[in-house]
Amino acid sequence: MRRDVAIVSWASFETPSEPARNEVEMLLPVIQEALGNVGMTQQDIGFTVSGSSDYLQGFPFAFVGALDAVGAWPPIRESHVEMDGAFALYEAVNVLQEEGIDTALVYAFARPSRGELDRTLALQLDPYAVAPLWPDARGLAGLQAQAMKDSGRYPQLLGAGHEVPPTVVADGAVAVVLAVGDRARELTKTPAWIRGIDHRIEPPALGVRDLTTSASTTAAAAKAGATGVDAAWLHVPYPHQELVLRAALSLVDQPVYSAAGPVMVGGLAQLAAAAAGVAGGKARRAVAHATSGPCLQQNLVAVLEGGDAA
Amino acid sequence: MTEPVTMVETPIRLDYSYTPGVASSRFLRSLEHGQIVGQRCPRCLKVYMPPRGACSMCGVATDEEIVLDGKGTVTTFCVTNVPSPGLTPPYVTAWIRLDGADITSMFLIQECDPAEVRLGMRVEPVWVDESERQPNLGNIRYYRPTGEPDAPYDDYKDYV
Amino acid sequence: MTAVPEVLVAEHAIEYTYTRSTGPIIGAFLTGLRDKQIKGIRAIDGRVIVPPVEYDPVTSDDLHELVDVGDAGVVTTWSWNATPVAGQPLDRPFAWALVRLDGADTGMLAAVDAGDEAQMHTGMRVRARWADGRVGSIRDLLCFELEGDLA
Repeated sequence: MRRDVAIVSWASFETPSEPARNEVEMLLPVIQEALGNVGMTQQDIGFTVSGSSDYLQGFPFAFVGALDAVGAWPPIRESHVEMDGAFALYEAVNVLQEEGIDTALVYAFARPSRGELDRTLALQLDPYAVAPLWPDARGLAGLQAQAMKDSGRYPQLLGAGHEVPPTVVADGAVAVVLAVGDRARELTKTPAWIRGIDHRIEPPALGVRDLTTSASTTAAAAKAGATGVDAAWLHVPYPHQELVLRAALSLVDQPVYSAAGPVMVGGLAQLAAAAAGVAGGKARRAVAHATSGPCLQQNLVAVLEGGDAA
Repeated sequence: MTEPVTMVETPIRLDYSYTPGVASSRFLRSLEHGQIVGQRCPRCLKVYMPPRGACSMCGVATDEEIVLDGKGTVTTFCVTNVPSPGLTPPYVTAWIRLDGADITSMFLIQECDPAEVRLGMRVEPVWVDESERQPNLGNIRYYRPTGEPDAPYDDYKDYV
Repeated sequence: MTAVPEVLVAEHAIEYTYTRSTGPIIGAFLTGLRDKQIKGIRAIDGRVIVPPVEYDPVTSDDLHELVDVGDAGVVTTWSWNATPVAGQPLDRPFAWALVRLDGADTGMLAAVDAGDEAQMHTGMRVRARWADGRVGSIRDLLCFELEGDLA
């Protein structure tokens, strides 16, 4: 990266089921908190990008409505990905390489408690040969868990008690503020510098993949320079996937903090948690991971460091 | 059938228990009681109707509620000459700026000749009978002229 | 802070039928299913991929060589679905499985009508059960059943 980018602030909210507030009402205080932590308002932000899925909310262009929580007037430079917010952060890091864009707001939100998450996620699958079967997300994760058991390389999964748990259904929102170089240093004493970031994708057909490994995570980690880390924050929708990720990232005895989090939110929340870990001194150099799609189909790896930019 | 397959139909259906959020719930409940309640932005002071809980221009929560009397001014309109379910042409759809609100809303205009509808025309809501009211905007059947003098252009020029 | 009113809840369904053009490769696959013939495609490395894909998963090259494969094969991994949900191939408990058909090198996702989880194991042989009134859709292949169950 030509320009050093740091995570300078974050805020998040998670609940099993948000009873009353809608997505905008859930998101607004989270964005306000993330901006307020570093004394900023939307007017101070150069680029805004979000991750969400309209299918979770139940109406088209819901992501546009979410801009009500941002204050998009006068018109702002803004973008959206139909993925976890971590992949929106990747876009922001790239936009921040441009001269003149020094700050970015990244947010994600979801309220899957109102729908049928296991069915909704089927709509991200191949629409000809897979989605018409309506495979539930947990069922697909189960194919991966069984393949791992059969491989003989994951004895931890054998025996009772390792059934794949139900898909995590949680509502939530997360917001992260990014800034470059000196602007980051002005905003906080403890920027979490993004030393490397990359994301890679597995072939969409499950049968083509080796479900017992994560080649895309390994490739993203190599590109991001994820070596010599002293802690890891992993985005793990189903528990068995932590074992695949540990192997793919060559983690040995470093502390590993795994979480699923709300769909669309959990990955960015793990990046924020890693930034908090680095800023708080829990780790000097951390690897943060986010995933999207069935059986770890897409994987993003970032390396975060405290201390001053080299 | 011997023709090769070139198209495929893939039906989808997803079911939700939809909840509209705090601001919309309060708005919809107010309609049930024959009231129109908007919200004012604490920063730019614009009043939203319907309220959404946030000012989309300022990105702040809108907590202050403003009760509107429902009367308004036509800011633009359209006469439709093709049939639509439940509507006999010609019928008039108008954007109406409710008194005290800072955004316009779309309603039907009835009880007048479509040729008489004009910008600046003063109009009022016709509600369904109290016993039939539900928490939705269907409680307002349509708008009709009040007979008041037209609003001066300056009153609504920012909303055309 | 505005007080939270009694929450309004409305049952809401989104329903839409997408009509998709298949392109020549997926079209050939679906045409084959209508005739109870499953087709795969040969990848650059020689593997036969089922269902066929348009581009090589490794090199991204265009793929063209369609290959007929058998309608029976081996379960390469599976998971038990005790509570089927709307739209799935079967409305009673079944297994999701990747089935590597005879002549293929990759598994395709399908339901296995095994009746009982205890029947399921990796490496078991299964055979396609076809729908009546096939139209050229993945749903023409209703599910797989244990090969030994066939009369």
